[in-house]
Amino acid sequence: MTARAGALGLAAALAVALALPFVVSNFRLFQFTQVGVYAIALLGLNVLTGYNGQISLGHGAFYALGAYTTAILIDHWNVPYPLTIIAAGVLCLVAGFLFGIPALRLEGLYLALATFALALAIPQILKYFEHWTGGSQGIVLSKPAPPWGMKASPDQWLYYFTLAVLVILFVLARNLLAGRTGRAIVAIRDNPIAAQAMGVNTALYKSLTFGVSAAYTGVAGALSAIVIAFVAPDAFNVFLSITFLTGVVIGGLASISGAIFGALFIQFVPNWAQDISKAAPWAIYGVFLIGFMYVMPFGIAGALRRVAARAARRGTAARA
Amino acid sequence: MLRRTVLSALVAVLALVVPATAADTPGVTATEIKIGNTNPYSGPASAYGTIGKVIGAYFKKVNDEGGVNGRKINYISYDDAYSPPKTVEMVRKLVEQDQVAALFQTLGTPTNSAIHKYMNQQKVPHLFVATGATKWNDPKNFPWTMGWQPNYQTEGRIYAQYIMKNFPDAKIGILYQNDDYGKDYRKGLHDGLGEANAKKMIVMEQTYEVTDPTIDSQIVNLKNSGANVFFNVTIPKFAVQAIKKAHDIGWKPAHFLNNVSSSLATVLKPAGVEASRGLITALYMKEITDPQWKNDKGYQDWVAFMKKYYPEGALDDQSNAFGYTVAQAMVQVLKQCGNDLSRENILNQAENLKNVEFPLLLPGIKVNTSATDHAPLEQEQLAKFDGERWGLFGELYDAAKK
Repeated sequence: MTARAGALGLAAALAVALALPFVVSNFRLFQFTQVGVYAIALLGLNVLTGYNGQISLGHGAFYALGAYTTAILIDHWNVPYPLTIIAAGVLCLVAGFLFGIPALRLEGLYLALATFALALAIPQILKYFEHWTGGSQGIVLSKPAPPWGMKASPDQWLYYFTLAVLVILFVLARNLLAGRTGRAIVAIRDNPIAAQAMGVNTALYKSLTFGVSAAYTGVAGALSAIVIAFVAPDAFNVFLSITFLTGVVIGGLASISGAIFGALFIQFVPNWAQDISKAAPWAIYGVFLIGFMYVMPFGIAGALRRVAARAARRGTAARA
Repeated sequence: MLRRTVLSALVAVLALVVPATAADTPGVTATEIKIGNTNPYSGPASAYGTIGKVIGAYFKKVNDEGGVNGRKINYISYDDAYSPPKTVEMVRKLVEQDQVAALFQTLGTPTNSAIHKYMNQQKVPHLFVATGATKWNDPKNFPWTMGWQPNYQTEGRIYAQYIMKNFPDAKIGILYQNDDYGKDYRKGLHDGLGEANAKKMIVMEQTYEVTDPTIDSQIVNLKNSGANVFFNVTIPKFAVQAIKKAHDIGWKPAHFLNNVSSSLATVLKPAGVEASRGLITALYMKEITDPQWKNDKGYQDWVAFMKKYYPEGALDDQSNAFGYTVAQAMVQVLKQCGNDLSRENILNQAENLKNVEFPLLLPGIKVNTSATDHAPLEQEQLAKFDGERWGLFGELYDAAKK
């Protein structure tokens, strides 16, 4: 029952996503493209934090690394933009894996602080390599035009492009997490000693998880560079990393669909807060945040799962 | 007689036609004109957010007094937290959803860079941006974008000219912030001196990061280099430290302080009046904490405005005078537009400011623009601190004339 409801929900969500460009304005579409970008980043962080139990306050750094990889490849070497996304993903996979190795010695809050340092450092590092990064002026890119003479606006094309990347990455993540690897990742979170006793190479898995997580976030960063058509250090401050963590928790830890809900939240709620009160938008945002956490302690995805489970139980009770 | 009837008939026809065309200009109705803006009301640069607020307060005053040519200004300002992606989103909202007639005083160099292309593709006026970078004056490639304040390189060149004239044997030591802002000033000084002079005169260059706790060692190094001219390119926090430290260790160079830190309230007084005596800076606005303007009408009008329309704004924050003045420039442009508020005409009128003076600019400083000159403010005057006020001296420097 719940499985079928889930499949139905997924099909409906996909249908809405595909139809969106025909009903909303280019500006709204641009916002939804950003939702798609954030969703990929949040999924990456969720693999690490939700499934594997490692807290990162520094994923903005991988987002920045991905964004700058794309920007530099396009700006200096005219590399076609789809290729730069792959490059960004691979680079972040390696960077994340390497960062994951020393991070093995750090648990919980200590890891959070170490990653936080990464988030703090990245804007300055970006300014330092001025020849490549353009310093604090950043790099201006051009928005890609739709290929094959498609009759679409650049916004529509970028939306579908982002959606395609999102679907591929979500399917990959689902396959990864539903199988043996996923069970090992979760086992490490729940009880590392038991996991080790069962023959799980915890060190390897933890570093790999860090790498995969960073790769997802890097791909998201690369997409953001293309969508915004500009990168600058000021876009990747500490607040971005905190925003990602907020999105993951609000969307629902250890939930794939949670990444979408979280992305919708971090994209639209700050704007609503500003519409409600120009004087204190962040206070309103805070109220939203507390409200969500209070009403849905397991995130939006968790709350939906509960509602579905209750409906299913009622259904079987009625039949019996 | 016939000619007069024809003329008056023409005028009557025009009067009928003009509102009709005005009706299909985006952001304009018979009663209002929409002006868009982004400012960092939150985030690392939120101290500048007061500029966005004081502009809103000034437009409120204009509306209370009847608006411009009968239209009220509907000023829509969003928070971008100084984050370029957010700026892009908010500006697209302003242009595509709110349908503003023009964008005005969007704040920040990276944030404006992110929307530079977009504004020019959309052909929406992108006027009087709030940044000291030089790239906004590029009407050939970006005809819809226009700067406002004198840029940092210009100011650097002004000091260079003065130094060459008055200190032919100068040994110059430079302290600058290690980012675009600091480098622009440095480049201006180098360019102004010329390659040969720069090589001969500059004996030491020191930098600091905006995150450094102190710059004491840089000052000691500069003193030991034997420099007798000090070019001090620092933001207020470090300017205070630099002035104090130089005084404490008995270093008495000719001290040139950048305009960024020319506030009496936030720099010179905290650094100490004795230590600050003799500093030289370049100004284009009246420094509002300087007592010499206490009885100036422009200053008093501003204070009255602040008390009535923006009472929570600080009276010792130059940003509030800055926003007030640039808002007056926007109103001037709208006035000049008359009844034709098409985007083309708003741009045309912004390019057609001729010798306009504003009450808080230094006496004699005029705003001038043209289709090939998108740098409204290019004049500055040197001033020396006499322990109580900035004493203006010498002629007005005009970068446009060089």
